[in-house]
Amino acid sequence: MSNTKRQPPAHKLNWYASLRKDYFAGPFDTFCTLVLGLLIGWLLFRLLDWGIIKAVWSTEHKDLCGYETGACWAVIQDRGRLILFGLFPYAEQWRSTLACLVIIATMGLSCLPVFWTIRRLPLLWISGFSIFVGLMRGGFWGLSLVTSEQWGGLSLTIFIFASVFIFGMGLAVVFALARQSNMVVIAKGIGLLIDLLRSLPLLTLLFAAAVIIPLLTPDWLQGSKLMRVIIAFSFFFAAYQAEIIRAGLQSIPSGQNEAANALAMPYWSKVIDIQLPQAFRNTLPSTINQAVITFKETSIVTIIGFFEVMASGNAVIGSGEWTQQFVEVYVFLAVIYFIFVFGLSRYGAWLETRMRLGHV
Amino acid sequence: MQFLTSQKIRQFIFQATFLIVIFGVILAAYFVGQKNIVDQGIATGFDFLTTTTGWPISFSLIDYSPRSTYTTALFIGLLNTLLVGLLTIFFATLLGLVLALMRVSGNKMMMLVGTAYVEIFRNIPVILQVFFWYSILTHLPGVRDAYSIFDIIYLSNRGFMFPIPAFSAGDIGLLLLALGVAVIGYFLLRQSNLKAWRLPLFGSAFLMLASFLLISGHPPETPLFSIPEARGLRFVGGLALKPEFTALLIGLTLFGTSYIGEIIRGGLLSVDRGRLEAGAALGLTPFQINRLIRIPLAFRAMLPALANQFVWLMKATTVGIAIGFPDYFAIISTSINQSGQTLELLAFLMLGFIVINYSISFLMNVLNARLRLKGKS
Repeated sequence: MSNTKRQPPAHKLNWYASLRKDYFAGPFDTFCTLVLGLLIGWLLFRLLDWGIIKAVWSTEHKDLCGYETGACWAVIQDRGRLILFGLFPYAEQWRSTLACLVIIATMGLSCLPVFWTIRRLPLLWISGFSIFVGLMRGGFWGLSLVTSEQWGGLSLTIFIFASVFIFGMGLAVVFALARQSNMVVIAKGIGLLIDLLRSLPLLTLLFAAAVIIPLLTPDWLQGSKLMRVIIAFSFFFAAYQAEIIRAGLQSIPSGQNEAANALAMPYWSKVIDIQLPQAFRNTLPSTINQAVITFKETSIVTIIGFFEVMASGNAVIGSGEWTQQFVEVYVFLAVIYFIFVFGLSRYGAWLETRMRLGHV
Repeated sequence: MQFLTSQKIRQFIFQATFLIVIFGVILAAYFVGQKNIVDQGIATGFDFLTTTTGWPISFSLIDYSPRSTYTTALFIGLLNTLLVGLLTIFFATLLGLVLALMRVSGNKMMMLVGTAYVEIFRNIPVILQVFFWYSILTHLPGVRDAYSIFDIIYLSNRGFMFPIPAFSAGDIGLLLLALGVAVIGYFLLRQSNLKAWRLPLFGSAFLMLASFLLISGHPPETPLFSIPEARGLRFVGGLALKPEFTALLIGLTLFGTSYIGEIIRGGLLSVDRGRLEAGAALGLTPFQINRLIRIPLAFRAMLPALANQFVWLMKATTVGIAIGFPDYFAIISTSINQSGQTLELLAFLMLGFIVINYSISFLMNVLNARLRLKGKS
């Protein structure tokens, strides 16, 4: 392009000067650099020594574990399947793997701008989720039936996350629109509900869903405990996400709404064609952030007795045989969470930069 | 059907339906609940608050025994939640400030360490971190092989042991006397040309006076500090921090630090560069610029986000139940199991958290109003 702005000449420092500026700018900086450098070096060395050099890798040598050796990764080889799949029938675990991959692919696809329309995105997620449930549950085309009581490990974590995200997102849209509505009773009522949900810890809500709902509903309406917990979790997610969407709705210039009214557009057309696409687009980084938080918070359900990845990790440690290998198991769990959460948050950061540059 | 197209009437009907459905659901839940409660023989009402619990609580700031009432137990739970929550907020804010200063320092090494810290601790669920620290603490050596620092601080699978001051009422009186003398001196020198030196002067005067009075006026046979000592399978004396409490505090603090650090960093970056350069032009040292210009200005910018984070941390203390720390939620949960008074206790649970969270928001709003830049900005 011809109209590119000419950049100011770069202020070049030679390597010595830049090293000095970045690391040794003064006595205090020099001190910090040296201390932290030594600390990092020592930590990295210990980590390498423990995790790789002296580690025991296979179950054949598991007798060596605990005797002056490093990490005992044999526990992962031995019990990794339990952590990842829980009590899912051994012969059917390929289905669980495939189902998880489908959801991951769905997450990946929804990161592509091609899918960012108000009709394609829900369609993508609902079909991805249906394939996931179909694969996990089976009961057709010769796939044996595996009920949700047998689901566990990482696939249960992903199932809870995906259901909460889909159901909660729908609820959040309803909440946000209701709170913005000019019908006072509905706006105030939903506003009260949102504030109440936001002031309570997630754990208490899930606990209430597991314990209270059976007390207050007739038997035929209770559903399974997993369903109740997912619904309560979705309400919690929706309360936070609704506020994000509301911020997005408020950021739309009022002229657009007036123009739509002048054209006599019906309410739903206004919402679907004008308001929601922009509201989502403007708040995409916050939405991703909320998804990140939700993924981390699925680990809470372990407290009320679900066998998701956190609980299955604890079960491995609690089994007696691998009690001493708790660090290895927790590191493995941390890496699993880290991959999902870090990936999502990096994507969010990338989107934010992109939006600041005005590309979305 | 003219009236159905009128927007006002349609809205009225819609809202009336909404209200009727809500009340219908609440009424239905009430009747089903009544029936279930009668069927299962569950007691109702608030009489249980004055009955004895019959179960122990492993961590309590006030006297408690299984003969205490449910009211006491709930109060202990609330105190425990507040203790862990407030300590977490305090330490996480302090460490978060250090973290944020590291990340904006301009020293590449400090920035690297800060970034690595944030990415690691923020991206792992807090409950996993709490489990991890709890396992580490409970796998420490037993009392006999406890790690010790100068034989006064001990680390074992029973938790941390610290020495604490064991002042008698007389000692506290002496300390107050020393404090009074120092404060009077501080105000007497208000007008003199020693003004700038008043604080260090009277701080050291207070310390000297206090130690003199304590050493001379203290009965020699009782020690000033209670120092932990291993006797058989347990420690005697000192202050014990149980593994449950310590693990929860460490886990929440390290997790909270990463979030609060990012909030503070955002605040620090929001300070206009020109003001920092003006400070430098006036000859202030980098430390003075941070203390006098950057941090006060940044603090105002980040207060709302910080308030949200504090509320969040307060709510996160509920994961304590996973490692057996008796916070408010854990006590309520045990009470429900033991007394069966589900609805009443859940009402207490929600009320407790709403009160705590609204108090934090209220205090932060007051602070915000006090700190707001006066006059035109």
